[in-house]
Amino acid sequence: MARIGVFICHCGENISATVDVGKVAEAAARIPGVAHSVDYKYMCSDPGQQMVQNAIREKNLTGVVVAACSPRMHEPTFRRACAAAGLNPFLCEMANIREHCSWVHEKGDATTEKAIDIVRTLVAKVKKNKALQPIKVPVTKVAMVIGGGIAGIQASLDIANAGHRVILVEREPSIGGHMSQLSETFPTLDCSQCILTPRMVEVAQHANITLHTYSELESLEGFIGNFKARIRKKARSLDEKLCTGCGLCAQKCPTRRIASEFDAGLGLRPAIYVPFPQAVPNKPVIDREHCTYYLKGKCRLCEKVCPTQAIRFDQEDEIVEVDVGAVVLATGFDIKHSDFFPEYGYGKHKDVIDGLQFERLASASGPTLGEMRRPSDGKVPETVVFVACAGSRDPAKGIEYCSKICCMYTAKHAMLYKHKVHHGKPYVFYMDIRAGGKMYEEFVRRAMEEDGVQYVRGRVSRIFERNGKLVVKGADTLLGARPMEIEADMVVLATAGVAQAGAEELAQKLHVSYDAHKFYAEAHPKLRPVETNTAGIFLAGACQAPKDIPESVAQASGAAAKVAALFSQAELVREPLIAVVDRQAPPLYSSCVGCFLCQSACPYQAIEKEEIRGRDGQLLKTVAKVNPGLCQGCGTCVAFCRTKSIDIQGFSHEQVHAEVLALLNRGDRDA
Amino acid sequence: MPDFEPKIVAFVCNWCTYAGADLTGTSRMKYSPQVSIIRFPCTGRIDFMLLLKAFASGADGIIVSGCHPNDCHYSSGNFHARRRWIIFRGLLDFLGIDVRRVQFSWYGRWGRSRATSACAAWA
Repeated sequence: MARIGVFICHCGENISATVDVGKVAEAAARIPGVAHSVDYKYMCSDPGQQMVQNAIREKNLTGVVVAACSPRMHEPTFRRACAAAGLNPFLCEMANIREHCSWVHEKGDATTEKAIDIVRTLVAKVKKNKALQPIKVPVTKVAMVIGGGIAGIQASLDIANAGHRVILVEREPSIGGHMSQLSETFPTLDCSQCILTPRMVEVAQHANITLHTYSELESLEGFIGNFKARIRKKARSLDEKLCTGCGLCAQKCPTRRIASEFDAGLGLRPAIYVPFPQAVPNKPVIDREHCTYYLKGKCRLCEKVCPTQAIRFDQEDEIVEVDVGAVVLATGFDIKHSDFFPEYGYGKHKDVIDGLQFERLASASGPTLGEMRRPSDGKVPETVVFVACAGSRDPAKGIEYCSKICCMYTAKHAMLYKHKVHHGKPYVFYMDIRAGGKMYEEFVRRAMEEDGVQYVRGRVSRIFERNGKLVVKGADTLLGARPMEIEADMVVLATAGVAQAGAEELAQKLHVSYDAHKFYAEAHPKLRPVETNTAGIFLAGACQAPKDIPESVAQASGAAAKVAALFSQAELVREPLIAVVDRQAPPLYSSCVGCFLCQSACPYQAIEKEEIRGRDGQLLKTVAKVNPGLCQGCGTCVAFCRTKSIDIQGFSHEQVHAEVLALLNRGDRDA
Repeated sequence: MPDFEPKIVAFVCNWCTYAGADLTGTSRMKYSPQVSIIRFPCTGRIDFMLLLKAFASGADGIIVSGCHPNDCHYSSGNFHARRRWIIFRGLLDFLGIDVRRVQFSWYGRWGRSRATSACAAWA
């Protein structure tokens, strides 16, 4: 006979404000099989957990239902408490009466009634629960970091320094990411390259780091501790071992007028190129879309000039297969470009540029060698308008969020401009200034007060050309929305930070969730900000949301710490919520008839054929068998099985049927 | 029947809609208390006979909700559920149960507001 304990939590007032918890406890006590029912203010607190443990011991409970918050929140807490009191943790279930009841309904009888329904449902389920033993699996102590920007670099270095092997995968020909494109960084104005490139070199030289640049993840299979990754190394058209990085090929390449990605389209590069001088690795790639040989079948000039004969025109993409135990996603962000804005000329005006383009203009390694010259005619701009929140915080553009970094980099841009063009006039149009961060507010103040940047609170409605000038129309809302018109030489849009192109596709390969804007979703917005919902996959940097450099670095170190903690275990304990095939005594052996529909349904190839043989070795029956190491517990096979021979632990036929019946108040019959 | 309050059972995937329903709670959106949720590891786990069981036991409406196509936590469970649903509709017709009593949908982790309005429309 089942002896179930029901523990109802008030969650302070979160539950008790709308649900009559006393009534729920009374009703629960009347459910057949319930031996103990109490309510308490904070069930997850130490005394609360103690109550559960004492009840298990004193009342000899065979199952526990904690009616409180979502199982995603505290199921591990209470399962641990049960285990400590000697009850198998899988005999404990959470009844979610907070997120699914008290928070979403008004106070009233119907809400209390629903809470009782939920408790009854879970009591019915827990009665059918079976004691399960956790599965132990080995851990491959190799981490894969996807994305070689500052977040990926930091995560790789931290994991490698903890003594574990790291495989760093970068899509572009060089690591460095957006940070390598920046001129100087706020709030200290130190040179971005100067602080970044030593780390890039460290990555290249670290004995524990294997670097795959110009490579992309092809697929990822498996589970925490035991992933199998396939990495596509795109053909560089080059034998990397022979190449010395002398750069002769790039000097001689006749196709020279390709917009440079590194210079955000403001500079030009040849078809065989190294993105920037400090690139790691310092090995060129041939851009096959523009190379004359690939387009017309003639040229091969680079091959002729290469002193080490490293050019390989017939090179093909290579697939590298690796076993990894954890993955850190650090794929970063992108920004909207000026062609996104019809009111600012759809990118038609050459002198309306975005923030990254300004970085390249201001950078000593940029197309103007750091001189402030506008893209259209190379003149020094006398008046520059900076437009903050270009796209961000604008539901009409589909981007409701704040891109977070723009307030700061706009102040920096205006400052850098003023430092280079002393007589210049910088204006900043802004909505609000969000300068939360160490030394950030002071930095913006400095731009306003010391460098004389004129801040105008208001939005820019239109930008158009008139007599060779860019007319910026806006309003100063602090002066009674007075319309303003500024004749500018250059306009810099602080465009919204958005997810990388391909973020969604990658998320689907990894089975991690993402939000409406394609930023990757963390497991908990406050308490698990570096983990995804997929165990063993962690997040670092701006692929989660727009972030500045210090935050990206901090998160990367956090992710690395998580990986190191994971790798400190010899073996992992997995929840045994997996499928099992019926086994029974002869003559039937199993109700499985061996149709193997389950095998065709299984996304993990976890179903094997098992031959049952008699003592004389004669084949009696071929039945399905689940490989517990591969099964992820989705249960697709369970719904497929014609003879109901395969079942999933934790969500078994018995359990879910009991739940449905109990929810609809028909459960008492089979109690 | 103006005061008819249908009893709705939602069969949901743990990874998207269940999490979405948690988020609905966290953001204090409201829906009818007549909607109750049963958690599954994946919509692919849902044996559609359970839906019949629910109807036979007095459910007025059923919601089956899983991840968006291609977003399945287990890569393809939601597609299996979709195929099953297409076949199941024929059976519902045959049994004389209005197909509109089942709402089959994909909701992402953050798409619960849509799910909420769906529930609201139902109730």
